[in-house]
Amino acid sequence: MKHLLSTRDLSATSALRLLDVAEEMSAVGEREIKKLPALRGRTVVNLFFEDSTRTRISFEAAAKRLSADVINFAVKGSSVSKGESLKDTAQTLEAMSADAVVIRHPASGAPARLAASDWIDAAVINAGDGTHEHPTQALLDAFTLRRHWARIGGTPSAGTTLAGMKVLIVGDVLHSRVARSNVWLLTTLGAEVLLAGPPTLLPVGIASWPCTVFYDLDEAIAQRPDAVMMLRLQAERMNAAFFPSTREYSRRWGFDDGRLALLDIMGLDDTVIMHPGPMNRGLEISAAAADSPRSTILAQVRNGVSVRMAALYLLLSGDQHDDEPRDDGTRALPHDLPIPEGRTTR
Amino acid sequence: MTMPAPESGITKRVVLAAADMDRALTRIAHEILEANKGSADLILLGIPRRGFPLAQRLARKIAAVDDAVDPDLITGQLDVTMYRDDLRRNPTRSPQATQLPPSGIDDRVVVLVDDVLYSGRTIRAALDALADLGRPRIVRLAVLVDRGHRELPIRADHVGKNLPTSSRERVRVHLGEIDGLDGVAADEVVIEDRA
Repeated sequence: MKHLLSTRDLSATSALRLLDVAEEMSAVGEREIKKLPALRGRTVVNLFFEDSTRTRISFEAAAKRLSADVINFAVKGSSVSKGESLKDTAQTLEAMSADAVVIRHPASGAPARLAASDWIDAAVINAGDGTHEHPTQALLDAFTLRRHWARIGGTPSAGTTLAGMKVLIVGDVLHSRVARSNVWLLTTLGAEVLLAGPPTLLPVGIASWPCTVFYDLDEAIAQRPDAVMMLRLQAERMNAAFFPSTREYSRRWGFDDGRLALLDIMGLDDTVIMHPGPMNRGLEISAAAADSPRSTILAQVRNGVSVRMAALYLLLSGDQHDDEPRDDGTRALPHDLPIPEGRTTR
Repeated sequence: MTMPAPESGITKRVVLAAADMDRALTRIAHEILEANKGSADLILLGIPRRGFPLAQRLARKIAAVDDAVDPDLITGQLDVTMYRDDLRRNPTRSPQATQLPPSGIDDRVVVLVDDVLYSGRTIRAALDALADLGRPRIVRLAVLVDRGHRELPIRADHVGKNLPTSSRERVRVHLGEIDGLDGVAADEVVIEDRA
């Protein structure tokens, strides 16, 4: 594994390995000294072209717990606001010899562009690109679900898959990179994925996704899911009228107190409620649901650090990339050689 | 005249059979008790993978001598993966679990247990890992096999067998708990040589 760009091309073996490593990393978070020397002297750059609190902090905590040096690069106050291109930014980071770049970008495919280009040698981790994917969020959701599933089954988490688990994802699937990454990853791990949302907020071509689609939330809950994942209503990406009013959305698609009570009435004692955050309380999820014992929202944040430590460790340790002599000899070129005029791509 | 196996070109010889291994472990268990003047404050930490079952066996032997000892309460596992100095040179290793006994390791006498002592780099990593988990009063080292070729100033306190080897050879320890197939115990130490 050289980059982590998408969960679609992640095999079950690599996904399970990452979750198993994350399981060991989570033990470090409970120690008095929450630090491991594994990535000492390596540099991780957080390159965020879009606002984020928990993802950036989570990556920063993960890198620091592995003793890596962290450079935070927020677009506001950087040369990007003066019009610097992704390429020039990447080459600047390369000149500073970054070992890993964690990138969040409003354009789908920006991390893949960075990884496929020869602008930079570093491992690229996608921390959310446009409406495409957010693989580490899906991995931490899978990690949280797996711990829950293993606890119910009375087995150790390590090595367990999600086989037999039914996960319902509700809301704005159209704009949600979290939903996309989760659909691919959870099905790879053996779970059955159900989607529910208003037709205007479901993407074109959803029929080809490996999941069942519902246009009524209560009908979907009647399928007795083991977990309900509420998606954030992404008002900042909504430049069209997707539904008549937020009150109507909340009534039809929100996880409100009535639906919370419904889970108890249906005897679904082991069903958990998830949310990737940040929440719009009272809109897609009620305060009672978000703060109920069923809610895994804080566990998800905690597990995010462990999963991101595992991703950084697996990408940055080992000899399969950095020290590998290359056939084409590109490694032999000093990095700070000027690129000849008129030569944009090699 | 050497007789390499025709296909693999690797010669194997058994240097410790099951009974020899058991006797060596019994002796080490007594040495540990002797050096510690009893079982007080004793903790055995095995280094994955084969150090952990060896630590369990030593703890059972210690418990057989001293009734006050519960073998499960003095045994633990110490993973050193994240502390290795060769993480960038070798293919990525998956970390194993670290499990400490409920008493913790602060002010205890910790005996690190591993199967083969070679360069000493694993033990260097283990000492760093220990420092992040607590502050033992004394740290000792018990190994089943010492094959020499040290690269660091590290020495074992208790050795099952000293094996003079060439660095071309590989020393393999097989233990029933890990390598046993269908419940058949496979305790042995083998030297393999690529002829």
